[in-house]
Amino acid sequence: MSLLEVKNLSVRFNTVDGNVHAVNDVSFSIEAGESLGLVGETGAGKTTTALSILRLISVPPGEYASGEIFYEGKNVLTMEDEEIRTIRGNMISMIFQDPMTALNPVMRVSDQIAEVIELHEGCSNSEAIKKAGEMLEMVGIPAVRGKEYPHQFSGGMKQRVVIAMALACGSKLLLADEPTTALDVTIQAQILDMIRKLKDDLGTSMLLITHDLGIVAETCDKVAIMYAGEIVEYGTLEHIFHNVQHPYTIGLFNAIPSLDKKVDRLQPIGGLMPDPANLPNGCVFGPRCPYATEQCYSEHPDIKEIEPGHFVRCFIKQGGVDTNG
Amino acid sequence: MVKYTIKRLLWMIPVLLGILFIVFTLSHFMPGDPVINRLGTSYTQEQYDAMEHELGLDQPFLKQFWDYLVGVVTKFDLGTSYKSYRSVNTMVLERLGTTLKLGILSSIVTIVISMPLGIISARHQYQPLDYSVTTVSLIFASVPSFWLAMMMMLLFSLKLGWLPSSGIGTWKHYVLPVLAQGLMPLASVTRMTRSSMLEVIRQDYIRTARAKGLKENVVIYRHALKNALIPVITVIGMQMSMIFGGSVVIESIFSMPGLGTLLMTSINSRDYPAIMGIVFVISLSVCVINLLVDLVYAAVDPRIKAQFSSGGGFGWIQALKKYGRKEQKA
Repeated sequence: MSLLEVKNLSVRFNTVDGNVHAVNDVSFSIEAGESLGLVGETGAGKTTTALSILRLISVPPGEYASGEIFYEGKNVLTMEDEEIRTIRGNMISMIFQDPMTALNPVMRVSDQIAEVIELHEGCSNSEAIKKAGEMLEMVGIPAVRGKEYPHQFSGGMKQRVVIAMALACGSKLLLADEPTTALDVTIQAQILDMIRKLKDDLGTSMLLITHDLGIVAETCDKVAIMYAGEIVEYGTLEHIFHNVQHPYTIGLFNAIPSLDKKVDRLQPIGGLMPDPANLPNGCVFGPRCPYATEQCYSEHPDIKEIEPGHFVRCFIKQGGVDTNG
Repeated sequence: MVKYTIKRLLWMIPVLLGILFIVFTLSHFMPGDPVINRLGTSYTQEQYDAMEHELGLDQPFLKQFWDYLVGVVTKFDLGTSYKSYRSVNTMVLERLGTTLKLGILSSIVTIVISMPLGIISARHQYQPLDYSVTTVSLIFASVPSFWLAMMMMLLFSLKLGWLPSSGIGTWKHYVLPVLAQGLMPLASVTRMTRSSMLEVIRQDYIRTARAKGLKENVVIYRHALKNALIPVITVIGMQMSMIFGGSVVIESIFSMPGLGTLLMTSINSRDYPAIMGIVFVISLSVCVINLLVDLVYAAVDPRIKAQFSSGGGFGWIQALKKYGRKEQKA
């Protein structure tokens, strides 16, 4: 049994301007101790997927249209509110994307960390505050600064507080939603080092959401590439980095400038991601795909296993047409 | 914070001086002559001159103001009534109790009822409960208090005979005035609490709180409420000032012996010292409310406290400075 198994998850947002299909038919699994990188451009549905795992999408306007999410065999989407509260922050915790807004501005930092410890470990407030101080020290912030408020912290420190909060109860699964996007490069490296070290020390599983394939290569065991709410390619690090198949993933790799070749212009993927409220009938990547055929515009491809553990959602690849040449 | 509080208290001095000057000038130019008012219809020129001299009205305007100011500042003496020859201080003190009781009761009723209502409304947004709360509060926020007062008087005093329609004495006498005065602010504060809560519960840190596994009540009352309070406090402060100012209307309708009715009779008899004294006391209470509001801001939000302690002045002055700097850069 996998630690986390997401099966055919679809999430919709029903708004006055139409139904936004944010996540469509997404499936993946994470084993104990494993890290999965979820890669895709802005608006691909990565954060929505992560929030769904904790059932944090507000309903309405959100709606879990179909699918199941199993955490240790139990369906998160159908369990009682009380049961999910014992999972949130305790079994699964989340590092939020924007540290500037993820902390409560009118609460002391150590109180915010202590809150989750007190709740799940059932200890007294003073013990929880003490442990919160230890967590702060662990992420490299002097414990005395816990008495301060978030506005007295720099962006990097706030991000570390968010991480300390997520790690406080020793969760088995960490959902890291672009933990470094809001930070500058030096702090980024520090934070990633820290997350990796903590992951190794504590054996935590992780879902790492990022735009950055470099971070994925350094941190993850498996990769899922998301585009317009769908997973278009899913496999091990080896599969994705050495046997890339989906035209979108190929485009992503081509867009990375190389260090050993002189490059005048970056190589973007032409066009824009489709509006999730108005997805094309055929393949969602069809309009931007250099290899698209008639079939790609009329039929929607299913995700299929092309080699053990390597899944691709593309007619051409499933049919074995050679595009590398 | 202590330094800030002292600074704010000192700031009240020029404000109050300004109010005194404006009120003095306005009552000076008010139509009607207090001397004739006192002497009645038949008097000789000698009697008129004597009375004018007695009241000090033959002095130049600025001299009159100066004499009045000296009395207020050095002895806190608001002067002597032209009408009853009694000290304005005594007259105000006699009536202050009723007005304060009415104002404080209305404020308490407003705060105690409106904030929970606003929170409930926000938590059940677009559900029947929310629609009923917003509709009722829209009605009460729009209805003028004097009309409400008369309608309630008609219903509860004349038709049903449950509550007395005028005077003071028992707690029953206060029910209708407090409702008449409190319902409008209550409705406004409810609406402000609702919209402020709605804004806050969409913030990322509320999602963080939920992700910790906290119960919904804890999320709302520990995390959301404190963040939603700042605009609510502002409105409460404004409404409380209005409650004290609006006492003139409500006290007149319910014939309550408060500052408001005293002000009315003083205006009718051109009793300048009494008018000035009462307006001064009401202004003082508004200044004190504003100060309290600013201090509560600091207690609620550590960011505002930091701004105050770092030698900051009024919130709006800071905002102006910031805006000005941005303008220069652009």
